[in-house]
Amino acid sequence: MSTRAANRRLAALRRIRALIRKESWQLLRDPSSIAIGIVMPMAMLILFGYGINLDVKNVPVAIVMEDDSAEARSVASAFELSDYFSAMPVKTMAAAQEMLMSSRANAIVRIPTDFARNLKAGNAQVQVIVNGADSNTARISLGYAQGAVGVWAAKEAARSGSSGGVITVESRLWFNEANDSTYFLVPGLIVLVMTLIGAMLTALVMAREWERGTFEALFVTPVNAFEILLGKTVPYFLLGLAGLALCVAGSKLLFGVPLRGSLVILTVVSMLYLLVALGLGLVISSATKNQFIASQVTMLVTYLPAMMLSGFVFDPRSMPVAVQIITYIFPARYFVKLLQTLFLAGNIWSVILPNAAVLAGMAIALLALSVKLTRKRIA
Amino acid sequence: MSASEAALVATDVRKTFVRNTGEVVEALAGVSLQVERGALTALVGPDGAGKTTLLRLASGLVVPDSGSLDVIGIDVTRFPQQVQDKISYMPQRFGLYEDLSVQENLDLYADLHGVPQVERNEVYPRLFGMTQLGRFKERPAGKLSGGMKQKLGLACTLVRSPQLLLLDEPTVGVDPLSRRELWEIVFQLVKDGLSVIVSTSYLDEAERCERAVLMHAGRILAEGRPNEITASAKGCCFLVRAPDGMPARSLQARLFGLPDIADAVPEAGRVRVVRRSSAAPPPFELDGKSLEAEAVEPRFEDAFMLLFDAIAGDQRRESHAGIAGQASVNEETVVEVRDLVRMFGNFTAVDHVSFKVRRGEVYGLLGPNGAGKSTTFKMLCGLLPATSGTLHVAGENLLTAGAKARQRLGYVAQKFSLYGQLTVDENLEFFASAYGLRGSSRRERIKALKEQFELDRFSELPSGQLPGGFKQRLALAAALLHQPEILFLDEATTGADPLARRQFWGRITGLSERGVTVIVTTHFMEEAEYCDRIIILDAGKNLAEGTPLDIRAHAETDRDKAPTMEQAFIAIVEKQRRKDKEGGA
Repeated sequence: MSTRAANRRLAALRRIRALIRKESWQLLRDPSSIAIGIVMPMAMLILFGYGINLDVKNVPVAIVMEDDSAEARSVASAFELSDYFSAMPVKTMAAAQEMLMSSRANAIVRIPTDFARNLKAGNAQVQVIVNGADSNTARISLGYAQGAVGVWAAKEAARSGSSGGVITVESRLWFNEANDSTYFLVPGLIVLVMTLIGAMLTALVMAREWERGTFEALFVTPVNAFEILLGKTVPYFLLGLAGLALCVAGSKLLFGVPLRGSLVILTVVSMLYLLVALGLGLVISSATKNQFIASQVTMLVTYLPAMMLSGFVFDPRSMPVAVQIITYIFPARYFVKLLQTLFLAGNIWSVILPNAAVLAGMAIALLALSVKLTRKRIA
Repeated sequence: MSASEAALVATDVRKTFVRNTGEVVEALAGVSLQVERGALTALVGPDGAGKTTLLRLASGLVVPDSGSLDVIGIDVTRFPQQVQDKISYMPQRFGLYEDLSVQENLDLYADLHGVPQVERNEVYPRLFGMTQLGRFKERPAGKLSGGMKQKLGLACTLVRSPQLLLLDEPTVGVDPLSRRELWEIVFQLVKDGLSVIVSTSYLDEAERCERAVLMHAGRILAEGRPNEITASAKGCCFLVRAPDGMPARSLQARLFGLPDIADAVPEAGRVRVVRRSSAAPPPFELDGKSLEAEAVEPRFEDAFMLLFDAIAGDQRRESHAGIAGQASVNEETVVEVRDLVRMFGNFTAVDHVSFKVRRGEVYGLLGPNGAGKSTTFKMLCGLLPATSGTLHVAGENLLTAGAKARQRLGYVAQKFSLYGQLTVDENLEFFASAYGLRGSSRRERIKALKEQFELDRFSELPSGQLPGGFKQRLALAAALLHQPEILFLDEATTGADPLARRQFWGRITGLSERGVTVIVTTHFMEEAEYCDRIIILDAGKNLAEGTPLDIRAHAETDRDKAPTMEQAFIAIVEKQRRKDKEGGA
């Protein structure tokens, strides 16, 4: 009896091996799979690494010196010496406004006439006006300006020994002290590559089998639905890991991005996300059974959220609260958090554990659902 | 025969589907059937008869709504996997993996069925011998011809010995030579003791099986040995000679419309007629003149049409009124092809082909897959430039004045090429404007065609949802909007059932009588009988040209005095291939 059970298991393993081999051959011979699996990650790596720059540097800023005291000049010099600003001193507010209007300046820093006097009283003010047309740049410029004033105030307080209500401004790019967007864009790219390979490619090849009727003959063999799913996921899981290696190597070698956390943990959490993506791809293709619809749905529920709502490009904290809540639906949100922590901060377990747990839960739920949805039935 | 000895036992099996449109389709309406083991059983019937559904139920891919279904003694509804472990099933579109080679496809199925290596060493050579695919082991399945793909699909289902083999229309879209080869394989399997159930819409295929099950609209019409079924048409079949100067198809179109006639098809220059009753007195009359008729033995197809007519009869009694009297072929040449050559790289697809077509003629291009028919066709329609040679269509040299000549052509493609999302009216209006019709002339033309093709009641229906035969009608109507002088039909009847094909040809006959020249390609050799003349191509060369009678004469031997069109076709192609082989050796 036990030998019979062992034989059955052996036969099942042979079937799974045959399906994996078949899938791998198809994968290697189909140019469109190679395009999505290898060429696209490479292209994105180069595009995001070299082409897209979210850094804010040399912001032209008009400095209105209404006060001519030493303290006021000292504040102005904080801007003049900064890499982030190119300061242009002007005499009047009207002149500064004119520069802002004509886009010769992106921001105005106004040091009012009573600045020195108020500073002594402990309630000095500096007015910062930023051109809000490009909200991203505006927000960052404002942050830098506040930072510059804050740092100056701290130094001033330290010098004079008085405690003058100093506020340190928190920068958005806290861990990115080199202030290089490549540092968070390139690791974040892993989420896109994994989504493409795990969800998009898997959904497409699965829907293709339904469309071309290849399943109909396959179903009338001893193979069962679980074996079919396993045969599909293994090759794409491996391809996804190759994509991960490509991205990690690329970010390290081409762009010198540090990996402060452990590579093992990075690999483990990436595998978790890959399983989530595979599960999504399988569920979508089982539900649609059509390549075109499957690709559209995958684009909508995996790729676009991974791009827009995961924190990969745009910081969720700057989104409206309603959108912030929505971002928690998408697995990419948790994965990006893990990626940015592991690359830029290190093994911070209080971040890694909860996020990894969410991904693991999602993976189990989606894979179970895909097994449930895939029946050896037609129509 | 007890139930355990039967290959399949169905008891009152019902299955309904709901289309996207909400329409409920009764695919199987209470089917009870017993199929014995070790026999070759054919499920035969028109499209939508329920053949595919029955086979899918038997292979456990679809669950019945009610009734019970035992396959090789196992309740397939409850234990589909147990059945799937033991039977083999070849779906209509056998899903070969096109990126995988012939050998890799076979290996996949051998692995899935757990065939040990020792057995493979024995099975593979046998399968390769049977299918003659041995030379193409390394070729990707996607690069095989249609016939070879079907053979590979069959081989994949035979990597191990199943207890029952289910084949769903294995020969659709396959040329006569490949079709014959496929059937030789099947016959050999049955001889070796395998139980086979095959569905088909080719009646000659069903005739050669041990048992035939005739299906229509989800019900079983008749069941039994084909010769028993054939016998039911005894005394009803006649060959009727057309009056001088009248093409057989014109007589056929008229006889087919008569109330006491169940079927009429052209055959060897005469018309084969099946009367509804053997009791009726024989004289055949046309316009008061009596016609010469000869009583003949029935064929399976005659009996099928008779049975079919009894239940579906009157829906086909559409008027063929308006068909003018006599043949309108005159001596004016409207299509002239001289020394036509088309090369694809080093490969010669069309090799010095010449022929002429006269006004009002129905001209057929026949040949196996890859013979160069479609290439010739595309050049005739001005869709593909010729490498050399001349092409005159409607008096224009197509190589220099393509667009001008094209305005006078109508073209019905192999696949339904209208817009499925647009309604019947929208499609017709779109094509009318594409042909430059405007205002009242456009409205009138559309109205007339809709009446002629009985499309009125479907005006607002998206064309993708039209019943099969009506799609074909709409495609034909769209091709006729600009009143072309020459109509090209590229395998327009592939996949259509016998009734739909007869209706289609009735319309073609009507058009030719109004002076339209018609050029067709077809896989159905008996359809060549509707043509005035046919040309047979193979490997890009012209093998034979002439009237259907001339072509049949090629295959006459002492043993076989009256070969069918199909036998003649196979004989001609094989003779040439033998010659080429000897010449090459």
